[in-house]
Amino acid sequence: MEEAIRSVAAAERATLVATLIRLTGDWDLAEDCVQDAVERALARWPHDGIPRSPGAWLTTVARRRALDVLRRRRTERAKVQEAAITHAPVRVPLDPLSDDLLRLIFTCCHPALSLESRVALTLKTVAGLSTAEIARAFLVSEATLSQRLLRTKRKIARAGIPYRVPPDQLLGERTGGVLAVLYLIFNEGYGRSDGRLSAEAIRLTRLLVDLMPHEDEARGLLALMLLHEARRATRFDPAGELVPMEEQDRGRWDRTEIDEGLRQLRRAGASGRPLGAYRLQGEIAACHATAPDAGSTPWGRIVRLFDALLLVRPSPVIALNRAIAVGFRDGYDAGLGELVVVDGLEAYPSLPAARGDFLRRLGRHQEAGRAYREALRLTQDGTPERRLLERRLVEVGG
Amino acid sequence: MKYMMFVVADPVAAAEAEPSENDLTIEEWLAEVEGKRITGDRLCPADDATTVRMSGTEVLVSDGPFTESKEWIAGFDILECENLDEAIAIAARHPQANGGKLELRPFWTSDE
Repeated sequence: MEEAIRSVAAAERATLVATLIRLTGDWDLAEDCVQDAVERALARWPHDGIPRSPGAWLTTVARRRALDVLRRRRTERAKVQEAAITHAPVRVPLDPLSDDLLRLIFTCCHPALSLESRVALTLKTVAGLSTAEIARAFLVSEATLSQRLLRTKRKIARAGIPYRVPPDQLLGERTGGVLAVLYLIFNEGYGRSDGRLSAEAIRLTRLLVDLMPHEDEARGLLALMLLHEARRATRFDPAGELVPMEEQDRGRWDRTEIDEGLRQLRRAGASGRPLGAYRLQGEIAACHATAPDAGSTPWGRIVRLFDALLLVRPSPVIALNRAIAVGFRDGYDAGLGELVVVDGLEAYPSLPAARGDFLRRLGRHQEAGRAYREALRLTQDGTPERRLLERRLVEVGG
Repeated sequence: MKYMMFVVADPVAAAEAEPSENDLTIEEWLAEVEGKRITGDRLCPADDATTVRMSGTEVLVSDGPFTESKEWIAGFDILECENLDEAIAIAARHPQANGGKLELRPFWTSDE
């Protein structure tokens, strides 16, 4: 029951917060009043049952609460805010896909905010995570995170960051900014055994896809996340050790997530637009997700997709992954040759690790050992990545 | 919303900047922002700056700018804009956006 109530409330929460922010311009008031309404629901609904229109119930309670708070403030500004709420047309139930939610998302991800602020504010206000949860996820103290949120909301108000869906001439680049924040949240969660952040990122991206159904890159990003998330259960063994993809038990990959990922890629394809960076990465993930075993991975197609990705978004990490794919397509010697020309990854352990892997497969154990040791020097202590490298080093007799 | 736009000269970036066909002359920019720009001007270089502060009752005057930096404030504009997005669009069109930079500071409002 409580789970059901929570999920109903979570679905309505963000829209309600977004609408109250539009009406009052007061982020804290909006969040507090909606939080209060959700808590009342959690107390009442187990006895009274979930109302037929939970959104309307929450809206009524949150509005009443907001009016109470504003009346007690007795300032001129509060009077204006009070009038805004009182005279707002009450859409009951609130349209969960209203523009308000998009306004909120675009404002949280405005480029004039620092990236870490965008991430924190999106998780707090759109996803509804508590300050404590976000602080834990990013390994900072709750006080630090509260300060960051406070500063961020203050900057939005003081700097005049508009609460709106950007106009057409800005929409493309700003949507890219939103996708970048969502992908960052996903990646932050991807390396953890606790799947909370990844699940939130997927939920938020799915929401964005619903809000912007013609945005093919949003679908591409959703597909990319789902196709990666599908492997979650097999990425670590029971002892918490990293399992490389070729050794993962593909029978345990999540079929439902893979199917949805593939479906989203097809729907993105219906846009007729040239493939952007997220769709390309989604297509690469799909190559892995649909190969029945590691040996039948379509490396030729993967290399072509990486070539396209390098044109859209040149980056040394993508160049490295392309070089690895070339090695599997044309042979490990060819892969080594490709790795030599990868530039700009001097402090990045994946480059020597990839070299070590090719040398190990070629039976050149001594050189492989040197490469693995170089990778180890660049890898943080106590991480699963480090333990995998240490195992590899033992395998080549280092 | 009122914004002070600092026009920042950056000798290092200026040396590396490539001219672009989107670059405007200052006259073209001024024509474009008419109605949004309240005032503005060029400033003498930081070498000509004087820094003043008080220590007790003593006035301490020193030569040069208050910060040690290769970048210096070469001018300013006061803008009246709908919101930050509009100010960003105006700043992005300024001739110094390529090779220098612009800093947008909202005016302090007492509503806190």
